[in-house]
Amino acid sequence: MKSRALGIAALFLLPNLLGFLAFTLFPVVASFALSFCRWDPVAQPISAIEPAGFRNYQDLLGFHGQTGPAGQTSWVANTPRFWEALYNTVFMMLAIPFNMAASLFLAVLLNRKMRGMAIFRTAFFLPSITAGVGTMLLWMWMFNKDLGSINQVLAWVGIQGPDWLQSYFWAKPALMLMASWAGVGGVNMILYLAGLQQIPRELHEAAALDGAGRWQQLRHVTVPMLLPVTFFIFIISIISGLEGGFDAPYVMTGGSFGTTTVSLYLFRQGFEFFRMGYASAVAWVLFLIVFLLTMINWRLAEKRVEY
Amino acid sequence: MRNRIDSGRLVVYGLLLVLAASMLFPFYWMAITSLKAKADVFSTEPKLLPGRQLAEQVVEDPRWFFRSGTENYSQLLAWQRLVEPGSGPRGFSRFVLNTVFFALAITLGQVITSSLAAFAFARLRFPGRNQVFFAYLATLMIPATVTMIPSYILLRELGWVDTYQAVILPAVFTAYGTFMLRQFFLTIPREIEDAARIDGCSPLGLYWRIALPLSTPALAALSIVAFVGSWRTFMWPLIVSSSEDLFNLPLGLSLFRGIYTDPDWPLLMAGSMIMTLPMILVFIAGQRYFVEGIRLGAVKG
Repeated sequence: MKSRALGIAALFLLPNLLGFLAFTLFPVVASFALSFCRWDPVAQPISAIEPAGFRNYQDLLGFHGQTGPAGQTSWVANTPRFWEALYNTVFMMLAIPFNMAASLFLAVLLNRKMRGMAIFRTAFFLPSITAGVGTMLLWMWMFNKDLGSINQVLAWVGIQGPDWLQSYFWAKPALMLMASWAGVGGVNMILYLAGLQQIPRELHEAAALDGAGRWQQLRHVTVPMLLPVTFFIFIISIISGLEGGFDAPYVMTGGSFGTTTVSLYLFRQGFEFFRMGYASAVAWVLFLIVFLLTMINWRLAEKRVEY
Repeated sequence: MRNRIDSGRLVVYGLLLVLAASMLFPFYWMAITSLKAKADVFSTEPKLLPGRQLAEQVVEDPRWFFRSGTENYSQLLAWQRLVEPGSGPRGFSRFVLNTVFFALAITLGQVITSSLAAFAFARLRFPGRNQVFFAYLATLMIPATVTMIPSYILLRELGWVDTYQAVILPAVFTAYGTFMLRQFFLTIPREIEDAARIDGCSPLGLYWRIALPLSTPALAALSIVAFVGSWRTFMWPLIVSSSEDLFNLPLGLSLFRGIYTDPDWPLLMAGSMIMTLPMILVFIAGQRYFVEGIRLGAVKG
């Protein structure tokens, strides 16, 4: 009887399980092993994979002393490019709090019983559902120095706009602006909207009876009640901020002007310079950072959020 | 009192309108540009609202729209680079066909494999069920950056690099879909299942005749997520496909942008429209389910 149950279950599970083993479980194990190896998949057959110990990690994270002209020693990163990519990635993640506040603002606006709210919700959601190479080309065109719509608007108020995507100063903010457009009305807004609808009416009514105005209700009722959702969105944003960010710089700037993110750096190392072991090490360092940040967030959430 | 409420509503509507307009403006700009000729964009004085000019032109001569307005689109769809006679469509129209094929195949694959697995996790009893399910859950955290290199190596050793299955297969198996559908299958009342069982229904019959029909909203939600996700997928196809015959629209558009040093923006915007419009239509058709799917996948989990 037991084996029969297992047999039937296996039939249901098998299609998904095979793919899960081949494209998730095996890759995770293999990637970890590969991060301690050296291998060029183009020049060498798979049998030529050679162990490299911690070399990849040393290259990636390590620093070495360098003696300057005056005889002083300074510490230099073995691969400054990795640290640069990490800096770029974290810099562009600075938009996360603003985006979350904007998502909450949109959700608060939408959360009332008025006609046409569904239409506005759709309008806000469209950028996130369509985000892709198509909208990236669109933003390249909008960021165009002479003819783009953004600089035209700026010209109306007498500002001469920069060459957004070809400037060290403006390329990151430009990508952040596009990501905000694509993000604020998306999944996060829907999650906030769902969270708002779960707040019992009585809480607002009680606060109103105590003389709390709109703003005070928002601060002392809505925001605290939304803390669990906020933590969830924050964690997801951090994960996707660190792991994602490949398509936009690849398509729009090619990673120049300080827009190479860690995932773009990883892709270049693995699939353009064919350093498979090194690229795997990058992936694991990135994963470790994400994992630690998530753990810290959970700890904080457990302390602060009380149900 | 009444007046105060009304003016409050007015302010909210005003705010919403302004915000919606600024969110939608890029789409308007894309559509308008795609209808113009390259020379128009560069020679005439730049106008933020070229719509009026366009509207006047259409009112003056309605046939103009179909004759010249759509020129970029027909030029794009006719674009070819590798001309080898007798091997089916090439160039841009091929990108479109590939995208449709990838999106349909991946969506169908995801719905089938994850609904089967979800059914086993939710409604069947078998030894080791919780352990296997926990392994699935744990991998929800594993990012694509970790798995993509060994997945590529695996496909390469199989000799599948630069084939359709290399693009499709890894995208078909999703822990997210399994998880989401399991949550939904769990809500089906036990009594319905028992009644069907007494009538002699097999597990497969339960899956096909009870679980699936009762879960249309969840299936629709997963289909939309899968369809849109595979329609715009960029990184993975970039890794495993090298010949243009295999490119989808995102790869094709990115290739297109690289070809010209002096980009033909109206032509590129026509391409962006072709890539973007289907996603808008699919979303609007199924947004009810889509929103529900986000809640199922995230809040309850």
